[in-house]
Amino acid sequence: MSVWADLVGQSRTVDTLTRAVADPGSMTHAWLFTGPPGSGRSNAARAFAAALLCERGGCGQCHECRTALDGTHADVDVVATQGLSIQVARARELADAAAHRPSVGAWRVIIVEDADRLTERAADALLKAIEEPVARTVWVLCAPALEDVIITLRSRSRHVRLRTPPVRDVADLLVRRDGVDPSMAMYAARAAQSHIGLARRLARDEGARIRRRDVVRMSTRIRTTVDALAAAADLASIAGEETTASSTERDAAERTKLLETLGADPAARTQPPAVRARLAALEKEQKTRATRFARDVVDRSLVDLMSAYRDALLLHLGSPVDLVNEDLRPDVEKVAHAMDPTQLLAAMDAITTARERIEANVPPLLALEAMAVSLRLPRR
Amino acid sequence: MSSSPTSGGVPALVLVSGPERVLADRAVDSTLTALRSVEPGVEVIRLDADAYEPGSLVQHASPSLFGGVKALVVRGIDAGTDELLADTLAVVAEVAAAPPGDLTLVVEHRGGARGKKVLDTLKKAGARVLEAPAIKTDREKSEFVTNEFRRRGRRIDPAAVRALVEAVGRDVSELAAACGQLADDSTGVVDADLVETYHGGRVEATGFKVAETALAGDTPAALRLLRHALAGGLDPVPIVAVIASQLRQLVKVSGAGRGPSGSLAKSLGMAPWQIDKARRLANGWTDDALGAAVQAVAAADFDVKGGGRDPVYALERAILTIGRARTGR
Ligand SMILES: [Zn+2]
Repeated sequence: MSVWADLVGQSRTVDTLTRAVADPGSMTHAWLFTGPPGSGRSNAARAFAAALLCERGGCGQCHECRTALDGTHADVDVVATQGLSIQVARARELADAAAHRPSVGAWRVIIVEDADRLTERAADALLKAIEEPVARTVWVLCAPALEDVIITLRSRSRHVRLRTPPVRDVADLLVRRDGVDPSMAMYAARAAQSHIGLARRLARDEGARIRRRDVVRMSTRIRTTVDALAAAADLASIAGEETTASSTERDAAERTKLLETLGADPAARTQPPAVRARLAALEKEQKTRATRFARDVVDRSLVDLMSAYRDALLLHLGSPVDLVNEDLRPDVEKVAHAMDPTQLLAAMDAITTARERIEANVPPLLALEAMAVSLRLPRR
Repeated sequence: MSSSPTSGGVPALVLVSGPERVLADRAVDSTLTALRSVEPGVEVIRLDADAYEPGSLVQHASPSLFGGVKALVVRGIDAGTDELLADTLAVVAEVAAAPPGDLTLVVEHRGGARGKKVLDTLKKAGARVLEAPAIKTDREKSEFVTNEFRRRGRRIDPAAVRALVEAVGRDVSELAAACGQLADDSTGVVDADLVETYHGGRVEATGFKVAETALAGDTPAALRLLRHALAGGLDPVPIVAVIASQLRQLVKVSGAGRGPSGSLAKSLGMAPWQIDKARRLANGWTDDALGAAVQAVAAADFDVKGGGRDPVYALERAILTIGRARTGR
């Protein structure tokens, strides 16, 4: 199976990249991959790295391919951030790495998964390295959209746009790769709106399916301000639980590892100031990550909630397409019945406003409360 | 089965269970104090779960060369390594089988599924269990304050409890410290005036006054208080946060029906006095008006965080909108 097999619905991108691998004249030293969340940007970047390093152009089987795909290849650097930003120190490390020749393969590939999270200074540090190309070094920057990357980096790299893959293709992938039952795969791909990672999670995790349904059904049950604030509290607490569940163990493990690395006496009751400073820095980083994660969870819920109103709008317009929430059609019909198109658009605006406010540091609960007030079903 | 007491009436096994730091610290301290009252020379060995060296617990638990009473304190076992969990189980089993008489093992478990087996084994072995339940809601904070004074043989009147929770209730350890200071600095019943003297200038206290006045519908007074607070150098951000939380309580109470405040306290996560206060304020508010107020506060929060050009104006506008919503104009 070739390295491109799991890159569903991206045949144009695959054509461009395979041509670059095969023909030196089509190759360039800096690439920018954009595409909506879940479209497979970072998978595409890794597949590209594998194809460049594989003797057979990305067979998917050999050692080069497998290590490039899982990010352990000696000549592939993958930068992913769980935090809010990529700092300048990390960018300088990359710029240094870029100056070196590949150690075992034909290329050194540097993948920056969240180029949209580079701080301004970090982007400057990268820019210098990208402006002075080194033979055999390839940069692959990934971001949701072109506008998310600072213009100087944008203008020096070749743009490849991934599209939202068709629902059908995502469902097929789940069946083929993850062994998901076909009807479950179809439901999951549709409900995740073609976000591959989310679709996989929905297909495999009943808790995720239940949470999603609860979120979508909020559209049918908010009638008063009292209901609205209760719904907002539910949304916020779901996010809080997921964040705690995902971070507690990892945080403790990171702390232990840091103490080991610093050679600090783990049994000491108080650590020396230098160690304490490093611990404090780690805790700050962990807190930032938790904040980011909680925001992302809320944001994902809001995308789900939004889909209820979009579906209701489609029903009004009589569009003969499948609903995102085909499994919850009666609920969507209830919303369509209660709200006219203008009201549905207002509801969608309110959700968008909440997402913007949360991104601007308004406490999520408060932003969600104001949103939920706007989602009250009109009285008749 | 029960582990036999060693010294000071403290059994050989003690479990401190629950997430609240202040209460857990206190449980550990009181255990050690009880031990020291009988064995002033007790050797206290503290082991930090996230920096645990495998085997060290077992080593410390074995009888020392020179005799003497030992207390082993293991904090945060719920975040401990597999080795720590295994070592703790081994020591617990040993102590439970044959209480050594010169050893007390204190284990702190803050919550969660990790280390559950240690927890169960300790309970089964008859460990003394000291609870450290989370103090989160205002109701729990009020009870905490009341108990803080009670355990010092002192009394605090309800209005003072309320003022104290409003002023420093954000952080439980700060609340505990404030209780200690008030108790030390005064005699007799602690009243609201005393709390006001100590904490009246705090952002939270001022924010509460602005919020209460605005929600009561006295817009001119609320604007005056706001001006005064900002002139005194207060940041608009926490003031918005306080208005939001007061408004949230108003909405909760207005949806909760008529029952006595005491019986609603638990389900709403509010103290009875807060319910009574919110009920008084809720008079004159309709459901729609509350909705408009919530939207105004969220918009103001966005503006004071940099979304708008003038944070002071953003707050004033929110207060005006709240006033208008309440009167339905
Ligand atoms: Zn290969």
